[in-house]
Amino acid sequence: MPGPVQSIERAAAVLELLSAASELGVTELAESLGLAKSTTHGILRTLCDVGLVDQDRRTGRYRVGRGLTELGAASVDVHQLRSLAANWLDALAVHTGEAVRLAVALDGRLVVVHHVFRPDDSRQVLEVDSTRPPHACALGKVLLANGAQLATDLSPFTRRTVVDPAALRAELATVRHRGYAVEVEERVPGEAGVARPVRGRGGRVIAAAGVTGAPERLLDRSGLPHAKLLRQLEDAVQAVTRELAAA
Amino acid sequence: MAGRHVLAIDQGTNSTRCIVFDQAARFVSVAQVEHRQFHPRPGWVEHDPMEIWANVARVVPQALHRAGLSLDDVVALGIANQRETVVAWDRRTGRPLDRAIVWQDVRTADRVDQLAADGFADVARRRCGLPLASYFAGPRMAWLLDAHPGARRAADRGELLLGTMESWLIWNLTGGPAGGRHVTDVTNASRTMLMDLRTLAWDDELLDAVGVPRAALPEIRPTMEVYGTATAVAPGVPIAAALGDQQAALFGQTCFAPGEAKCTFGTGAFLLLTTGTEPATSTHGLITTPAYQVDGEPPVYALEGSIAVAGSLVQWFRDSLGLIRSAPEIETLARTVEDNGGCYIVPAFAGLFAPHWRSDARGVVVGLTGYITKGHLARAVLEATAWQTREVVDAMLADSGLELSELKVDGGMTADHLLMQTVADVLGVPVARPMVAETVSLGAAYAAGLSSGLWPHREVLRRHWHRAGEWLPTASEQWREEGYADWRHAVQRSLGWVREGRSR
Ligand SMILES: Nc1ncnc2c1ncn2[C@@H]1O[C@H](COP(=O)(O)OP(=O)(O)OP(=O)(O)O)[C@@H](O)[C@H]1O
Ligand SMILES: [Mg+2]
Repeated sequence: MPGPVQSIERAAAVLELLSAASELGVTELAESLGLAKSTTHGILRTLCDVGLVDQDRRTGRYRVGRGLTELGAASVDVHQLRSLAANWLDALAVHTGEAVRLAVALDGRLVVVHHVFRPDDSRQVLEVDSTRPPHACALGKVLLANGAQLATDLSPFTRRTVVDPAALRAELATVRHRGYAVEVEERVPGEAGVARPVRGRGGRVIAAAGVTGAPERLLDRSGLPHAKLLRQLEDAVQAVTRELAAA
Repeated sequence: MAGRHVLAIDQGTNSTRCIVFDQAARFVSVAQVEHRQFHPRPGWVEHDPMEIWANVARVVPQALHRAGLSLDDVVALGIANQRETVVAWDRRTGRPLDRAIVWQDVRTADRVDQLAADGFADVARRRCGLPLASYFAGPRMAWLLDAHPGARRAADRGELLLGTMESWLIWNLTGGPAGGRHVTDVTNASRTMLMDLRTLAWDDELLDAVGVPRAALPEIRPTMEVYGTATAVAPGVPIAAALGDQQAALFGQTCFAPGEAKCTFGTGAFLLLTTGTEPATSTHGLITTPAYQVDGEPPVYALEGSIAVAGSLVQWFRDSLGLIRSAPEIETLARTVEDNGGCYIVPAFAGLFAPHWRSDARGVVVGLTGYITKGHLARAVLEATAWQTREVVDAMLADSGLELSELKVDGGMTADHLLMQTVADVLGVPVARPMVAETVSLGAAYAAGLSSGLWPHREVLRRHWHRAGEWLPTASEQWREEGYADWRHAVQRSLGWVREGRSR
């Protein structure tokens, strides 16, 4: 294992100093750290570029950047996410007549954190806390397409599961581009799914919300989701995003 | 998106919401604002009636705006409200005499003790269906009249008006000082300890004993009737229903017929069972209460098991202890451990309500050892709600002779899966949540939609009830019974803490 990376240690020290003060100049920082001014300047420039530090245009002094505050705030508690989303996902199930799920990436796995039954009073089992193979479901594709760290072994569940890495990569690019993901009998025969990203503060994707149901109910003849369904899903994730912003 | 919609106002303990429902009883939009909680002394809880009225005026247009609707798209407005919270105001100016005294407030404990000493407990139970407790509204009205010089005289002359939250709102909605209607509905009136449960009228003996003049009280009306047309906030819209929030939730869960029950998990938790057109008496510590009354029909009654502290224990954990940042994080924290580690919290913050009705109880945390972490405490917080539910369910089954095959639940705490699973485990029966968790608002909308003719009959509303989730019991009988024994042991520890001559 390699030892500690010196420049990261120095960057951390800069951030610590900045978070303790309201603003500091490059000379003060260099002195406190016992570093050359040019080295300190280089570190500050890099931290500014990635948004962890801001430089005041007028005074030229430095302070903790928005990116740093968002690093902490962006991780939404999944149970709070469920509470905030619940009303809207219920409404989505009522309006579409389909089962609804909300999923996040947790410790490298896709975890269903909320599940609303299909509103037909048939026997259904609550799937909260269960996991799903990300490459074989629309929820997982949304999360993968938006940079979630999820383990995928590309194992087949049906004849239609996408198992080729290149094909999956291409599909994820489409998902990013279109803003939704589709699964058609890729996990369970006779079931399709459509999902969209749920964005937290600052636009980061923190979860995926989707419906599942019979392919003929969700998709048109060309295999694309009905426009109305996409709109209903969009309305629901927008509402959840608003709740997250207001919380 | 035009069409026929209903507005529901849910004036709750912590917030005021307006929810728009469409003709298919679907949730269309919501606006919600919290109001301040005042705690001027230990045991006192107050709200600002003007703030609440201003919040109503804010959320109604906001909810309509979010739905893309105008008042022309609204056929009726229904009100559900926090119950037993009292407001007194000047008929001429519309100015409140004081802050509203909230249902959690225990300042009337002495008055209630005096009523008990006067042998009033039997009368209260038989005539009002209520145990003697500081929970009910009448003594708060008397307190206000005695605390303010001249108030009693003004009340006698009908210059000072008294009412619960729906009365205050309806009076303001229908014109306030310029001819506002001073009315209440049977469900709210039943919680004053001043109304005869059978005649549904103010009772002179009760008025006399509690010390509230009839001239200051609102007229008692059915829950479903057009009380008037709004002149403010939603001008032109008929105000077509009002009912207490818990009765509204019962209605929203379509528990219209005898034997149908629900439990709402919010600030407190309230189990209600519809019993029929005759008031059923409880011998196990439950309240008898009107469930709803259609204009021109006899009332339908319910049995109620009231739990004072449920979600508010989670709020206390968040705000007073600061161990979590938001209420739902209680689940995250509780999941860091496997079980409660032997720790129990009995949240008798204002005494214990059903089925104990012990005002001398105060909260306890028992089973503390060096092993207990904040995760165990979080579990104990959630389990407190589950075990209290078990107690009121047991009382309900004992009173009604019914068997429970499933519990219908709703309210903000039903978003907590760990809690709902625990409720299923302590009851040993499935727990089911409906598609609309905001059943308080839905019930108010149903009631208003029925009384304004949007829906022909309540039975048609049943088809809108769908199961959105279901938790099946997984715990063993042994776990359940051992835990219940521990819980009852813990409850014993909370009793009798408040002693004669000690202020708290
Ligand atoms: N995920 C959760 N886990 C546990 N408790 C929760 C959770 N979400 C909300 N709560 C609790 O539920 C309560 C809010 O639920 P709800 O909005 O139904 O209450 P309410 O009684 O209707 O509110 P009001 O008093 O304004 O009428 C709060 O007390 C809060 O602490
Ligand atoms: Mg409420």
